[in-house]
Amino acid sequence: MFYRTHVLVEMTSSSVAFGAAQVKEALEREIERVGLKNEVKVLETGSFGASLPSPFVVIYPDNVIYAPLRVQDVRRVVEEHLLKGRVVRELMLAGGLEWKTSEFAFPFPLAKETRVVLRNSGFIDPLNIEDYIARDGYMALAKVLTEMTPQEVIEVIKRSNLLGRGGAGFPTGLKWEFTYKAEGQEKYVVCNADEGEPGTFKDRLILEGDPHSILEAMAIAGYAVGAREGYIYVRAEYPQSIRHLEEAIRQAGEYGFLGENILGSQFSFWVKIRKGAGAYVCGEETALLESIEGKRGEPRVKPPYPPQKGLWGKPTVINNVETLANIPPIILRGPEWFKSIGTPTCPGTKVFTLTGNVNNLGLIEVPMGITLRELIFEIGGGVRGGHGLKLVQTGGPSGGTMTPDLLDVPMTFDTLPKYNSALGSGALTVVDDTHCIVDVVKSFGEFFLHESCGKCTPCRIGNKRIVEILEKISEGKGTLDHLEELLHLGRNMKMTAFCGLGQAAPNPLLRCLEFFREEFETHVKEKVCPAGTCQLKSLQRTVR
Amino acid sequence: MEESLYREIEEIIEKYREEETPLLCVLQEVQEKFHYLPRNVLGYIAKKMNVPSSTVYGVATFYSFFETNPVGEYVIRVCKSTPCHVQGAFNVLQALKRELGLKEGETSKDGKFTLEVTSCLGVCGVAPAMMINDVTYGNLNDERVREILALYRR
Ligand SMILES: Cc1cc2nc3c(=O)[nH]c(=O)nc-3n(C[C@H](O)[C@H](O)[C@H](O)COP(=O)(O)O)c2cc1C
Ligand code: FES
Repeated sequence: MFYRTHVLVEMTSSSVAFGAAQVKEALEREIERVGLKNEVKVLETGSFGASLPSPFVVIYPDNVIYAPLRVQDVRRVVEEHLLKGRVVRELMLAGGLEWKTSEFAFPFPLAKETRVVLRNSGFIDPLNIEDYIARDGYMALAKVLTEMTPQEVIEVIKRSNLLGRGGAGFPTGLKWEFTYKAEGQEKYVVCNADEGEPGTFKDRLILEGDPHSILEAMAIAGYAVGAREGYIYVRAEYPQSIRHLEEAIRQAGEYGFLGENILGSQFSFWVKIRKGAGAYVCGEETALLESIEGKRGEPRVKPPYPPQKGLWGKPTVINNVETLANIPPIILRGPEWFKSIGTPTCPGTKVFTLTGNVNNLGLIEVPMGITLRELIFEIGGGVRGGHGLKLVQTGGPSGGTMTPDLLDVPMTFDTLPKYNSALGSGALTVVDDTHCIVDVVKSFGEFFLHESCGKCTPCRIGNKRIVEILEKISEGKGTLDHLEELLHLGRNMKMTAFCGLGQAAPNPLLRCLEFFREEFETHVKEKVCPAGTCQLKSLQRTVR
Repeated sequence: MEESLYREIEEIIEKYREEETPLLCVLQEVQEKFHYLPRNVLGYIAKKMNVPSSTVYGVATFYSFFETNPVGEYVIRVCKSTPCHVQGAFNVLQALKRELGLKEGETSKDGKFTLEVTSCLGVCGVAPAMMINDVTYGNLNDERVREILALYRR
């Protein structure tokens, strides 16, 4: 038998102290009473992360949180929500914030937070366009259509110095201008929602929590560059994002914010969704275009860049979800306002996702220029279990490796490259000092091995060799020559790989070989893993 | 293959007739219906869509969500990217292997489960995580794995 709904009750020592066990009992009793026993299952779960109100109850797959849920309110939740399908807003976490809220490192905005792109996520019902409209939704689109020429829109975005949030940090205004100036009747706007960089889930939160902001921004981009059609390429792993987008597109069409002659203007714009099929490399913009074109997602030779020759060979603007989410506020509040946030060379906010061995997992939106120390020790609540910090991987495996000596570097697109690192997607993966460096680097290597598209040899073979050698080292079969070979491989891949995937793949390896040289040498010289994890894992493997 | 299956495939292709280059959309929807993409189906799609069958096969084998071999009713994809890895994904995978008696890439004899590893599912805030078909589960440990599997075993 299969249950249509699961009710998850957080059961930790602290939530038990708040009466979680009684709430669970009451839920089971009430569910049985209304005859839903065969359809709804109550489950105990571990901690939901951050310091959340208790007892904490989540209804799956509706993704509704009731917290704190008291025993006397259980009957209402069961009768209204589970039986009649009506969400009981006033009992929800913070009076109706969505499940999404629990993915914030803190459920409520902190003093350090500035929410621009997450202005609505968790605060509105994403499936109701009127909630979005009530918070100035589609005002920016109305403004550009009635008061601004396309050139003026581009000028505002250029002046704001908004840098692309997909990882590369390219100025968005310039990209729009190139596309605007490119020859051709047909042009396209593409939203990159392939978010595959491990440790990143900001785009999902925006799509699920505020899908209209992306549609509005795409329409503005379409008006600016002269496109009538937009595509959102969403990864297959995000079914909920796709559902919310589909509903948002339907409602926006109904209200006349998408479609023919928007708001009575001459401008028409449609948005379609294309679903990915599980390939990280399709996040690379030209591979993404290939994929929309129904082909294998292998990157193209650049130049020509998409603004010249993009989707079906037509001029195309490709922007990341977070980049687009910044557009409506910039139009409404102006470039000077935007530049007042963050640093002079890298204005605005950044959404960081705290992952790995940190106390408060989740995401947080803060001004550019914040330091890792603030992010991990103040907002993140420090390293889990009181352990020491070994490293922080910024921007996922393709980004950069930050060691504890770099905790005070301001996090911006322009400063991190000076430390051989990168801001990338804003993912922060904290690794504590109980982990073995060979094991961690191997985990990055396995990712690239799995995700290499196989088009070019340095990436296809290089990543395989890297993982094989690291495997040998962790089994105690490594030599000093192996370390030299890793360096050699890494440097060659950086220089010769065809696309950004293969070029970035050796970055964590090279940086760690340098900074954690001693630990690597202990592995190959003394055949000992100081952290003790290598032996443990190979033991488990042999008894499997 | 039965007549009716071919008709269903034709309907799917027809549905995307207006779209430009809908090959991926078609493959996705066909796979949703039949759980995987057998060779003869790929050949049929190629013929009907007027695309070389080498292209169709190339696309079907490029993307990890397309299965060209039979898979179980429930495909379990365990994330093993670094954020999950440092939060104990290795143990979760071990637990799943133990509980299901399967290795990575294998399907159970009763055709119920297929075990696969995958890259980041984008829910690292509740790491370690896995997906069963299109439902995501986080905060996994041995016990949660057992509980969740029990739901699918009934
Ligand atoms: C291997 C690889 C993977 C990428 N993955 C993503 C991704 O998942 N999401 C994204 O927005 N950009 C990704 N990018 C960057 C895109 O190529 C492109 O720069 C971006 O979509 C441009 O949008 P922006 O200017 O708004 O940042 C990736 C790049 C490479 C080389
Ligand atoms: S790393 Fe496992 S979900 Fe992101």
